[in-house]
Amino acid sequence: MANPTGIGAAILRKEDRRFITGRGNYVADLKRPGMTMGVFVRSPHAHAMVRGVDATAALAMPGVLAVLTGADLAADGVGGLPVGWGITGKDGLPMKEPPHPALADGKVRYVGDAVAFVVAETLELARQAAESVVVDYDVLPAAVGVLDAVRPDAPLLFDDVPGNLCCDWDMGDRAAVDAAFAGAAHVARISLTNNRLIGNPMEPRAAVAEYESSTDRTTLWTTSQFPHVVRLLMGNFVLKIPQHKLRVVAPDVGGGFGVKQFHYAEEAVLTWAARRIGRPIKWVCDRSEGFISDAHGRDHVTEAEMALDETGKFLALRVSTLANMGGYLSTFGPNIPTNLYAPLLAGVYTTPAIYCEVKCVFTNTVPVDAYRGAGRPEATFLVERLVDICAAELGMDRIAIRRRNMIPKEAYPYQTPMVVEYDSGDPVGCMDRALEVADWAGFAARKQESARRGRYRGIGISTYVEACGLAPSRLAIRMGARGGLYESATVRVHPTGDVTVLIGTHSHGQGHETTFAQIVSEKLGVPVERIDIVFGDTDKVQFGMGTYGSRSLVVGGSALSKAADKIILKGRKIAAHQLEAGLDDVVFENGVFSVVGTDRRRSFDEISLSAYVPADFPLEALEPGLEEQAYYDPVNFSYPGGAHIAEVEVDRETGSVELVAYTAVDDVGTVINPIIVAGQLHGGITQGVGQALCESAVYDEGSGQLLSGSFMDYCMPRADMMPRMEIQTHSTPCAHTDLGTKGCGEVGTIGSPAAVTNAIVDALSELGIAHIDMPASPNRIWRIMQNARLPHAAE
Amino acid sequence: MKPFAYHRPTDLAQAAALLASTPDAAIIGGGMSLLPVLKLRLAEHAALVDLGRIDGLRNITAGNAELSIGAGARHAEVAASPEVARTIPALAALAGGIGDPHVRNRGTLGGVLANSDPAADYPAAVLALGASIHTNRRSLLADTFFRGLFTTALEPGEIITRVTFPVPLAAGYAKFRSPASRFAIVGVFVARFAEGVRVAATGAGPCVFRVRHMEEALTGSFTGQAIAGMTVAADGLNGDIHAEPSYRAHLVGVMARRAVAAALAA
Ligand SMILES: Cc1cc2nc3c(=O)[nH]c(=O)nc-3n(C[C@H](O)[C@H](O)[C@H](O)COP(=O)(O)OP(=O)(O)OC[C@H]3O[C@@H](n4cnc5c(N)ncnc54)[C@H](O)[C@@H]3O)c2cc1C
Repeated sequence: MANPTGIGAAILRKEDRRFITGRGNYVADLKRPGMTMGVFVRSPHAHAMVRGVDATAALAMPGVLAVLTGADLAADGVGGLPVGWGITGKDGLPMKEPPHPALADGKVRYVGDAVAFVVAETLELARQAAESVVVDYDVLPAAVGVLDAVRPDAPLLFDDVPGNLCCDWDMGDRAAVDAAFAGAAHVARISLTNNRLIGNPMEPRAAVAEYESSTDRTTLWTTSQFPHVVRLLMGNFVLKIPQHKLRVVAPDVGGGFGVKQFHYAEEAVLTWAARRIGRPIKWVCDRSEGFISDAHGRDHVTEAEMALDETGKFLALRVSTLANMGGYLSTFGPNIPTNLYAPLLAGVYTTPAIYCEVKCVFTNTVPVDAYRGAGRPEATFLVERLVDICAAELGMDRIAIRRRNMIPKEAYPYQTPMVVEYDSGDPVGCMDRALEVADWAGFAARKQESARRGRYRGIGISTYVEACGLAPSRLAIRMGARGGLYESATVRVHPTGDVTVLIGTHSHGQGHETTFAQIVSEKLGVPVERIDIVFGDTDKVQFGMGTYGSRSLVVGGSALSKAADKIILKGRKIAAHQLEAGLDDVVFENGVFSVVGTDRRRSFDEISLSAYVPADFPLEALEPGLEEQAYYDPVNFSYPGGAHIAEVEVDRETGSVELVAYTAVDDVGTVINPIIVAGQLHGGITQGVGQALCESAVYDEGSGQLLSGSFMDYCMPRADMMPRMEIQTHSTPCAHTDLGTKGCGEVGTIGSPAAVTNAIVDALSELGIAHIDMPASPNRIWRIMQNARLPHAAE
Repeated sequence: MKPFAYHRPTDLAQAAALLASTPDAAIIGGGMSLLPVLKLRLAEHAALVDLGRIDGLRNITAGNAELSIGAGARHAEVAASPEVARTIPALAALAGGIGDPHVRNRGTLGGVLANSDPAADYPAAVLALGASIHTNRRSLLADTFFRGLFTTALEPGEIITRVTFPVPLAAGYAKFRSPASRFAIVGVFVARFAEGVRVAATGAGPCVFRVRHMEEALTGSFTGQAIAGMTVAADGLNGDIHAEPSYRAHLVGVMARRAVAAALAA
């Protein structure tokens, strides 16, 4: 009998009752006795020397408690923000890692860079005081886009970083690639920009910090995806607070998408300031402030070329990318366009030789770091666009060229030329299924019908693979990670048989309270109502690495599975003792311990109770209690993949693009809860469609002002832009995770931008258009159609 | 938002007196344009005088030749009004396409006109229909009311009370929405009267304007054909990250033809 709340059960999310009835408990909801309010004074200039900060007027206002600056930080010996990942350049030297002070230290490097922190009795007072702080700026010319920042005459952000170059990095076999190009029958090229994005989680960032002198303990409540890592980075590197004296809590968090997986300056400043003034302080980022202080994502300028033989077989791929780091290195900044990008350039193809070089460039913009997909959407977009260009130039069918180059199912595990070894997958199977579901064969008729209504119609496919489940520590540390990437779980069985799980990941919309409970339910036979999942508080939960890179289920879920296995083993020992049988004769099935071949049995609840009432335990061989912990470090990444097909219509007169159909067939390994997987796909695809059609962080090239600094100008994808999405899974279980899970948090965002863009290019191909950059805004598409100079485009 | 006094008068005289006696007081209608500016601390007022409690300011009435809409009427009320649907259905459709449901349930006709946002929808209808804007002091013709970017003929403390629209033979509105804000990148309203056709474009320039050469062509023949290929000059039109001036100029032509098509289909 299948467990109704076990693995694969389509149950509704346990946590949603509190969220949809407004009873979530977010950082901004917190009130602490004696709490004060903090506001940051931020730079209005992209690049300037700070000659002085005059807080006289602010400090004279009654109720203003402090105005703190970088000089105060320095005087207190507060360190800069650390980087969690160091990369090494072609020259064998480590990346340039200039200091990243939590408040500007004599210079500001982007609009939004924090200069001072004001603490007052009320928010209104703090705002007024912040407005009265006079900062004397000496404005410098700014280097805004990556292309500008690498010019020889570009202004330098850091005196000791020549050319604004953080690192000139590469991966792959350059000589093999050069040789393959030299002998190639055909070379296809692409130049592209991967547009800069702003994550905009629904809940803005916020923090509350408090110091308790009686215990000398400090608590930071913060909107974080990884509270333990914040405790480690901030406590150990920035503020030098011993780990056991520091508690970091990330309560309910309203969306992260990567934006909340960094250790931010505000967290350190608040914690430091609360200790300094001896009162709790709250800061809640407002939306405008979020636009200029949340780390941004993507922002690549890339040239790439593919060498092919005359039959359309890929021989080699060469990629050169300029990646924007922004004004400082964010926690994982340099890792994203390198280690999370280049290894995915093989895609689902057998391309035998690949070489990728990436220049990580400082610019006078907000720091750039991971955003849902992080590196992998950029790789997928490049490969899948280039494959379409190859097909067009060789006059081949887009499906045929993919089929010709795809890694066959039988070839797994498959070692790519770019470090990673795919453990499992079936790209051809995913593609065939997607072609059928999307009725690819019937497209011509639909195109004709659209043409009758005066609209161009296009169809596009993206067949992708990604690497997630971050990460095998051994491999990651070799690639520059400055920490491990395992995960931890504790299963605490109470005397009643009810279960509390303490897990090191953090749920901020993903539904862990349900998914993880289903895993425990499957393992222990306890219904999910009797299982609570606890996370997000370093005082409650053992060290964990948190949630990002689609790792929670793959890595955390595996730790949980192993901890549950330990519970079963302990339960079998107790049962063996009570039932007077050998351990090997005791089995656990459907929540019951029994002696094989007999009717002697004990329920899970009975064993749980006796674990805590050990009347006659052989104490030297059997400890009381029923609580187990596991740390799990994966042996490999996991590699979800799939095929996405988009269909669009383009308005010939206005250039507006409408997404009219979307099909996704994804290989996400074992599905724990199909509703949650569909939800992750819906959200992920919509974010990818946002990148393809409308989202773009636009800076003024001269002044470095963010022009798209509010929702009036930064276009978020909306429900009314989305057609019905046909979502299916075609799973090959992961070969190395306990449950066969692969991760599904980012696949939607990774597969969709190329599918949508390929569809738009297909729609416009009759005008001779071979590539368009994202986002496909109406003005951009109109301009491209205009330039194609067809009579109807000029009307 | 900085602190301010908040008044809710129940008649126009009270409102006018409050405005006259309180320095730096502002009228608040639905607050959908004013509040964001206050919240961003780009403006501050010592006092706000809310018109929401004034009797009759939200009334919508229609005769055969004229539709009258109170300045306090919410966009959602105009969109759903049977009087508007019977007389100028294009106006109901326009109101139903403003912003989002929250904005439509708060924002008012008077607030839009007083604000004269270059991307607002109503100004196109008001100008194309040749409406009259009535205040607590006088009546103004649409042609003289809109003066420029966020600028109107209103004097300090002057309160718009209602707008009267002549009922046309046919009318249509076509809007090209900003994908981000949903304001008009370009919106064109066409109205056909016995005396001729009037065409007004919003979103395209700093202020709503009439498109005379299209008016002439459409007065000759009220068909999309009559204005095929017509645009306006890009010089002086708005340009931003969403739409360059030449694109806006092009869209004025496209939207005008679509507005005519809508008018003919109605
Ligand atoms: C997200 C969003 C989307 C929007 N999208 C659109 C859109 O697509 N199209 C569109 O047209 N508009 C749009 N708007 C604007 C909306 O229509 C506003 O309601 C309108 O601009 C102002 O009306 P209000 O009643 O809210 O005025 P308020 O914000 O209250 O006031 C605006 C100004 O008018 C003055 N004022 C108000 N009433 C009167 C009066 N009776 N007499 C004299 N002065 C007065 C006020 O003093 C103030 O200066 C949008 C707004 C938002 C927030």
